[in-house]
Amino acid sequence: MTSLDDNLDNVAIETPRETGSVGMVLWQTALGIAILFVWQGVSGRIVDNFFISNPIEVGRRLVDWTLDGSIFLHLWATVYATTVGFVLGAAIGAVLGIWLGVSPFASRLLNPYLNALNALPKVALAPLFVLWFGLGIESKIALAAVLVLFLVFLNTFAGVRQVDQDLIDGARLMRATHIQVITKVIVPSALSWLFAGLRVSVPYALIGAVLGEMIASNRGLGYLVQYSGAQFDTAGVFAVLIVIALLAMALNFVVDIVQNRMERWRIISR
Amino acid sequence: MIEIRHVSKAFRRGNSVVEALRDFSLNIDRREIVAVIGPSGCGKSTLLNMVAGLYTPSKGRVIYKGSPVTDVNTDVGYMTQKDNLLPWRNVRDNIAFPLELAGTPKSERAARADAVIKQVGLDGFETRLPTELSGGMRKRACLARMMLYGAETALLDEPFAALDAQLKLAMHDLLLRLAADNGQTVVFVTHDLMEAVTLADRVIVCTRRPAMIALEQEIPLPRPRDVLNVRFTNEFKELYDTLWERLRVEYQEERV
Repeated sequence: MTSLDDNLDNVAIETPRETGSVGMVLWQTALGIAILFVWQGVSGRIVDNFFISNPIEVGRRLVDWTLDGSIFLHLWATVYATTVGFVLGAAIGAVLGIWLGVSPFASRLLNPYLNALNALPKVALAPLFVLWFGLGIESKIALAAVLVLFLVFLNTFAGVRQVDQDLIDGARLMRATHIQVITKVIVPSALSWLFAGLRVSVPYALIGAVLGEMIASNRGLGYLVQYSGAQFDTAGVFAVLIVIALLAMALNFVVDIVQNRMERWRIISR
Repeated sequence: MIEIRHVSKAFRRGNSVVEALRDFSLNIDRREIVAVIGPSGCGKSTLLNMVAGLYTPSKGRVIYKGSPVTDVNTDVGYMTQKDNLLPWRNVRDNIAFPLELAGTPKSERAARADAVIKQVGLDGFETRLPTELSGGMRKRACLARMMLYGAETALLDEPFAALDAQLKLAMHDLLLRLAADNGQTVVFVTHDLMEAVTLADRVIVCTRRPAMIALEQEIPLPRPRDVLNVRFTNEFKELYDTLWERLRVEYQEERV
């Protein structure tokens, strides 16, 4: 097993990066600096400072929040809601996907209802979650979870349906029980689909948490962006947006690392 | 032990109906080794699928040890034409899979798996995944799994088709020895008349689709057989020629 893992690590390293070369990184940095200069120059001269603020004020806001530590309170609230929501939604979605995937009766019975729920814009559930779970973090977790749940569910369900019937027949001939067929054939076989579902649903967990915070909350990045906007504090809004973008990039980075570890599954699910 | 009684099987393919088997009757005794031979696509695999309980006959019935086969027949080991190894398990874990299902302790099943792995010449590849093996190696892994499993009846669908001549002989020898040791009943499908006569107690020649029995030929060659040298005896040659004559007719009809 170790030799195989070694090979795969090598493969992962040899994969060319999209923005690999040092020259490109320099160009990218230069573009970023140019945008900041234009922004600073335009602000107050061509476009009112009220609408677009300016990089210096935004930067100062970020520094202030970092120094007094207030941003970390909000950041933590959002990260917490995103993570817990993701784990909860993924777990429920995976279990549901496997269960419905292996029981044709239940899946046919629930089919129209699941379609209706899936077609429903999940964020419209937010007021309901506030009523059920209150203004605290629980309603944000619920919103993040429900967004993740459907994506993971649909992927897992498709994966279970995709399992090679010959493998199932083979196991049954070898006297596998119903449970063994599920745990030793169906679930491992559907894992690559499950992982695909997990991967696409990470950004949705963040969307759910931030939206939940925007609707009713007193902490979290969503709350902060909403609050700053209500105060006509454009610099504050931009500052929070930058933090959210950084958080989203960090989450994607984590997902990429996990995905590289899981690359085995992609290879063997051919 | 296996009674196939007036079995017909038709498949619906879109609007047309394909008849794979028509009024097929065959009795197979315990510990008998039966080869089914015939033109490709003639419904031989369908026959095995019905004995395994994966297909139900359109007409007639398959009786296994006195009771009709209505669900998956867990008394048979079935080596299908397509190797159905689990792609996420390495060779050893794939071969030991039936033991794992039966709850055999881990160390015991690894030891037993390694023993058959050596017999089919896959030693050194225990920790490889099926995708890393050649087609012939995957076939051997399937064969090893079925032998380790030691089912009462072994069904094999062109088990040795992808192997080179030398390896094929070694596998023939292994199959005969293990079948004798375990007292197995063996039904195998093949294209290869030489292989059929070498291994079987009885050879069934099928017509082209829908498959009916064109000829049944007992192979009274003594056992244990020397798979390498049995083909050079006069009895072998006579049996082979008789069967070949009938088979040639079937193949010619197919070509017209």
